[in-house]
Amino acid sequence: MEPDQQTPPERAAYDYNSPAGKAYWRKNITLIIGLLVVWALVSFVAGILLAKPLADINFFSVPLSFWFAHQGSIVVFVILIFVYARWMDRIDKEFDVHE
Amino acid sequence: MSVEAWTYLLVGLTFAGYIYIGYASRVKETSGFYVAGRGVPAIANGAATAADWMSAASFISMAGLISFLGYDGAIYLMGWTGGYVLLALLLAPYLRKFGKYTVPDFVGDRYYSNTARVVAAIAAMFVSFTYVAGQMRGVGIVFSRFLGLSIEWGVVVGVLIVAFFAVLGGMKGITWTQVAQYSVLIIAYMVPAVAIAVILTDIPIPQLALTFSDITSRLNQIQTDLGLTNYTQPFTNLSGLNVFMVTMSLMIGTAGLPHVIIRFYTVRSVRAARYSAGWALLFIALLYTTAPAIAVFAKYNLINELQGKTPAEANEIEWVGSWSDTGLLGLEDKNADGVLEMTADPETSEITIDRDIIVLSTPEVAGLPAIVIALVAAGGLAAALSTAAGLLLVISSSLSHDIYYKLIHPEASEGERLLVGRLVILGAVVVAGYFGINPPGFVAEVVAFAFGLAAASFFPIIILGIFDKRMNREGAIAGMIVGLGFTSFYIIGAQFFDMNPFFFDINAQGIGTVGAAMNFIVAFGVSRVTPAPPLHIQEMVESVRVPRGAGEGVDTH
Repeated sequence: MEPDQQTPPERAAYDYNSPAGKAYWRKNITLIIGLLVVWALVSFVAGILLAKPLADINFFSVPLSFWFAHQGSIVVFVILIFVYARWMDRIDKEFDVHE
Repeated sequence: MSVEAWTYLLVGLTFAGYIYIGYASRVKETSGFYVAGRGVPAIANGAATAADWMSAASFISMAGLISFLGYDGAIYLMGWTGGYVLLALLLAPYLRKFGKYTVPDFVGDRYYSNTARVVAAIAAMFVSFTYVAGQMRGVGIVFSRFLGLSIEWGVVVGVLIVAFFAVLGGMKGITWTQVAQYSVLIIAYMVPAVAIAVILTDIPIPQLALTFSDITSRLNQIQTDLGLTNYTQPFTNLSGLNVFMVTMSLMIGTAGLPHVIIRFYTVRSVRAARYSAGWALLFIALLYTTAPAIAVFAKYNLINELQGKTPAEANEIEWVGSWSDTGLLGLEDKNADGVLEMTADPETSEITIDRDIIVLSTPEVAGLPAIVIALVAAGGLAAALSTAAGLLLVISSSLSHDIYYKLIHPEASEGERLLVGRLVILGAVVVAGYFGINPPGFVAEVVAFAFGLAAASFFPIIILGIFDKRMNREGAIAGMIVGLGFTSFYIIGAQFFDMNPFFFDINAQGIGTVGAAMNFIVAFGVSRVTPAPPLHIQEMVESVRVPRGAGEGVDTH
């Protein structure tokens, strides 16, 4: 959703309940949920719930579920946080609430 | 130069460095003492958080634990890293905008209740004390193993060093020494890992060696030959449900631990809080993706070196003697057939390996030079000291800020508050040292408690305080009581009274997940049938959701 160009939030008194204020929070929540879905997929789903079926598939020299549980999930976690920080930079600027 | 001489040199040099940094960052104001003046750059805070978080247990014991748990060691690998995603997305930026000094500050202000503040302060102190005793013990053990000092004197040296930079520099001194300690500990962890990876697989990067070489299949083969289960087979030590619950409990416990959360108060802005969570996890991931590689290499190597040898042959190996002396490596030809054999049954197995020797013995087993062995000692000390310092600051700020200043003596001057903060940290370090020398027998058991407690208390009410504007004092207190009550009852019952884990066989480490879920449900339900929080609290919640204006923190009045 595009920010409301006509009513930019004022610097002195930011209105959290304005359409722009609500849209900002909604975008934030959507982003968090999206990233947490990935977080759960690589750890709880690939590493635990599907541990047995994925053990029969090889990822190079190790079983796929073992790789996710011991290496892959951690790598994805790191990426998720940087993606979040970058994305929030953009949203903050879009809604003019950055520091 | 001998191992001992190298160890004295490296430990002496690193300690001198910590003392210098502590002196150079001494502070004069409470904001410097509690939150390092909110001036820590994102990357530095990431390194400090990583050192704060990775304790003597992460450094010395974790790879060994994984070595013995095999696949199921994932509970620690995912559990102790995944929490940072929750921290970065759900807590850190908002708590930074809120500002202030401590976790009980947020709980007390958000729920407009001094009762909630005191409960949070006591919980924070309890969690931190259980941890810090273990760190001091770790310092003593490293000193006694590598320097031939008694455990008691090792602890005394550790206490003096921590007291110096923590009392003088508070959070500022702790932060910058932690940055140095991270550098020491990660080098000490990586050097032997790289060396042993090259020896076993010809690939110099341990993470890649684990994934791309045939070392894991070789270990699987050996384990199968010995009648052990396959290393990469899931759920051989824990049920699938327990792996799930323990992983979740460690994740949300991590995100709720006060000494980790307060690190995000020290950065300049909300934006810096987000990035520093990323840096922290990147720095942690360096060690946490190396640990499972060391676990495989070291286990393969140890079995390979000892299996099928005669006792006389084994005793000729140099490191076998020194580790047998510590009691951590046991060789005994029980069936007297002249050959040492490892089997699945500990009763008949003729080779017993304590999990703590996996990391500490790796350089010797791999035949690395003395300086590397000394480096590992310095790294273990750095890991223990940095975590101890962060925990001591939480104890100090809970007592001196949340209880003394906020409740007992709100008119205290800046100078008085700083003095009380320093005295408390000094007292806490002495108490921690005492527990390091005379460890209560239950330290290992209460670590599960620390995570369960943090998961079932802090995590839900902080999240709800940020994401649910309607959440009120009544809901939060009811949620905390139910979450804490159930979790404490279950853990105490299971650990101390042989209680049957009646809740779907979930073990004490994993029950924090259930406690947290109960806290969420009760808090939500109660808050909807009791009055909404006052208007100025609702406005405060709205303002923590927006980054701008984080410089000074949020004013609740």
